[in-house]
Amino acid sequence: MKKILILGAGTAGTMMANHLQHELDKKLWEIEIIDEKVEHHYQPGYLFLPFDIYTPEDIIKTIEEFIPKGVSLRKGKIDKIDPMANQVKMVDGTSIAYDVLIIATGAKIAPEETAGMRGSEWQKSVFDFYTFEGALALRNKLREWDGGNMVVHITEMPIKCPVAPLEFAFLADSFFKNKKMREKVKITFVTPLSGAFTKPKATEALDHLLQEKNINIESDFAIESVDNERKMIIDYGGREIPFDLLVTVPTNKGDELMERSNMGDDLNYVPTNKATLQSLNYNNVFVIGDASNVPASKAGSVAHFEAEILTENILRFIKNEPLKEDFDGHANCFIETGGGKALLIDFNYTHEPVEGTFPFPGVGPLRLLKESRMNHMGKLAFRWIYWNMLLKGTHIPFVSAQMQEAGKQY
Amino acid sequence: MEKEIAGKKINVNEEGYLIDFNQWDQSIGEAIAKENNVDMTPRHWEVVKYLQGEHKNNVPLSIRKIGKSNVIDIKEFYALFPQGPLKISTKIAGIPKPASCL
Ligand SMILES: Cc1cc2nc3c(=O)[nH]c(=O)nc-3n(C[C@H](O)[C@H](O)[C@H](O)COP(=O)(O)OP(=O)(O)OC[C@H]3O[C@@H](n4cnc5c(N)ncnc54)[C@H](O)[C@@H]3O)c2cc1C
Repeated sequence: MKKILILGAGTAGTMMANHLQHELDKKLWEIEIIDEKVEHHYQPGYLFLPFDIYTPEDIIKTIEEFIPKGVSLRKGKIDKIDPMANQVKMVDGTSIAYDVLIIATGAKIAPEETAGMRGSEWQKSVFDFYTFEGALALRNKLREWDGGNMVVHITEMPIKCPVAPLEFAFLADSFFKNKKMREKVKITFVTPLSGAFTKPKATEALDHLLQEKNINIESDFAIESVDNERKMIIDYGGREIPFDLLVTVPTNKGDELMERSNMGDDLNYVPTNKATLQSLNYNNVFVIGDASNVPASKAGSVAHFEAEILTENILRFIKNEPLKEDFDGHANCFIETGGGKALLIDFNYTHEPVEGTFPFPGVGPLRLLKESRMNHMGKLAFRWIYWNMLLKGTHIPFVSAQMQEAGKQY
Repeated sequence: MEKEIAGKKINVNEEGYLIDFNQWDQSIGEAIAKENNVDMTPRHWEVVKYLQGEHKNNVPLSIRKIGKSNVIDIKEFYALFPQGPLKISTKIAGIPKPASCL
């Protein structure tokens, strides 16, 4: 009996467990998946929690209910990987041998990377919304906050779901309007990038929306520290931005287990072939989702497209066939813009997001890079799709793993 | 598109970054620096040479990596090339603007 071991039962690991359970011959292969947690969180919901749009119950289920029969789920913290010995060591001392390893341990925030960020004001006037605890604390704060300077801030790239901070700023604008207190709040969006986003056409559209919603933007800001006493963020050039309420996205990093295993880069991401998803250093190790260093968005939709291609490549690998170089960096993200509308962007390694229609060229019904109510319905539907299709590895009709160029205005 | 820099016709992209590093020489770097209000000193050139070396070895550039490079810390990098040091220094160095990946 041979063994496929999956590290991490979040979005990507769960999808792989479901795909492989369907595809592998159970007389020859056993599949095991490991996670230290009991709960599976719908992380995109962290964006809505602070504004009382979703409740905690909307976004939390158990890991177990998404792991198919026939795949064994082990609970526990992974200490390290010994790729030369094809073994994984658990913190409790157990060793697990594998024939094929899939790394899906994701990424998380590391506020300790910035001086003063996790200081005396943490969860008093300095918040994150990239963790459940952070989003919940921020919700409680926003329920009673009476206004002032709100600064929405990105520490450094790459981060998970790079549009989420912008969406947060847009939703904050709507939230304060609904509470009839918009004029009491100054919203400033602070980014290390030169504009609202990384790709030119989308940046143009988003910069315009920021303006329309009266949100100031401070770009090219590389934070050095948070001054808790004076309530300022300060960049390496000495630029200071005052806040009454700082909503920051701290540095994102892969899990420390990569550092302990000597398998990560300077942010603990695993060097990975961007077309095949095989580790660059070990043939029988594959990487999917936020844990890899491929230059694609760290998003659930990306993990979904990767999972279809990685499943095929693992089947090829165990049959000794050459891997398919099929992953093109395809990402597909809804961007909430507030007021019950959203944008949709679709892009890959080489093609930036542009205007057009999706998924049917020329028909839609969704429109790319344009605000619409239909797109907002799409974003809300995404939660249902996530729990009921994405995690189970069900193919989403009409949306292919590789990006489609038809119907787009390049 | 073509742009005249230091008296030579140079191929640059929409944002003014050189398309072909072979067209680069020190006088080009000097002229781009001037356009961006940077007065080049020997220390500036040291950093520019380092960036060109990293680019040649296909090392992706980021502020974080440069801070850990032992060549220069982030504070000094900002002092030398104020406001977006990575953007400006790579333009002067004649190498592509680092993709702040998604
Ligand atoms: C605020 C926010 C909004 C987002 N919005 C969107 C969106 O709108 N659309 C979209 O597509 N994506 C969105 N995302 C991104 C999406 O949630 C992630 O890209 C996706 O969950 C990544 O899946 P993953 O499996 O790689 O990592 P995860 O789902 O994070 O799973 C990693 C798992 O590994 C486990 N693990 C890690 N280390 C260890 C260890 N040492 N021992 C044991 N277990 C370990 C963890 O417990 C975790 O369960 C958003 C993310 C955030 C934070």
